[in-house]
Amino acid sequence: MSIWEYANPRRFMGWSAPLVPLFSALAALLIALGLVWGFFFTPEDYRMGSTVKIIYIHVPSAMMAINIWVMMLVASLIWLVRRHHVSALAAKAAAPIGVVMTLIALITGAIWGQPMWGTWWAWDPRLTSFLILFLFYLGYMALWAAIEDPDTAADLTGMLCLVGSVFAVLSRYAVNFWNQGLHQGATLSLDAEENISDVFWLPLLVCMAGFGVLFAALVLLRTRTEIRLRRLHVLEARDRTGRKGSGEG
Amino acid sequence: MMPDLGKYGAEVLSAYGATIALLAVLVWASWVRARRVRAALEEAEARRKDAEG
Repeated sequence: MSIWEYANPRRFMGWSAPLVPLFSALAALLIALGLVWGFFFTPEDYRMGSTVKIIYIHVPSAMMAINIWVMMLVASLIWLVRRHHVSALAAKAAAPIGVVMTLIALITGAIWGQPMWGTWWAWDPRLTSFLILFLFYLGYMALWAAIEDPDTAADLTGMLCLVGSVFAVLSRYAVNFWNQGLHQGATLSLDAEENISDVFWLPLLVCMAGFGVLFAALVLLRTRTEIRLRRLHVLEARDRTGRKGSGEG
Repeated sequence: MMPDLGKYGAEVLSAYGATIALLAVLVWASWVRARRVRAALEEAEARRKDAEG
C-alpha cells in the first residue's frame, strides 16, 4: 500500500483513533515527569539562580513553536503539490497549537529576561523573529477563517506558510546569523563542550519529548475534528440544496 | 516539599502558572470542539438516514 493512502480521510480516521488517547496519556506522563523532576529535583544554576527552572517550559515550547511551523510547511507543500485534503486540514489544525507554543515561549522568555537581562523585552534578533513568527501564526489562522471556499483557503494559507517559513528558520538560527543581541546560543548542542550539564538536560529532554507527544495528540485530535467538520458542511449543503429543490418542485 | 526558589520565586512560579494555564486552555478547547463537532455530525447523519429511509 502506498504511503499516500494513509492520507485518505476514512483511512486516517481509522488509524488515528487509537493513537489520540495513547499519545494523550503518554504526553501527560512525560510532561508531569519532566516538570516535577525539573522543578523539584534539580539544583539552582550558579549564575541564573532558580530561574534556570524556566528552561523546562521555555525551551520545549520554543522548539515546538518552530517545529510546528515546519510541520505546517511540509503539510502545505503536500497539499499544494498532491492536493491531499487531510494534509491541508492537518496544517490548519496545527496552527492554534503553534500559537500557544509561541505565546508560552514569548511569555516565559519575558519573565526570565526581566531579572536576568533587566528588561522584559529587547529588539534582539531571536526575540523579534519569534514575535514575527507569532504574528504569522495569527495571520495564518485569520486567513483560514476569512475565506469561505476551503480549497482556496488551503491554497492561500499554504502560500503564506511558505513565506512565514523564512521567519521560522530565522527564529531558529537568528543567534548564529547575528553576533549581537541578548539571547544566548542554543541550549542543547551536539557539541559536548557547549552543552548544558546532565543534571539540567535530562529533565529538559523529558519535557521536550512530552511537548512533542502532546503536539502529536492534539494535532491528530484537531485534524479528526476538521475532517468531521468538512463532512458536516457537505451534509448541511446537501440538506439546503434538497430543501431548495423540493420547494421549487 | 516546595523547593527554595530564593529571590526569583515569583518569576519561576508565574512562568509555570502561565504555561500550565495556556496548555490547559488549549487541551480543553480542542477537546470540547472535538466533542461538539462529533455530536453535530452524528445528528446530521442520523437526519440524513431518516430522510432517505
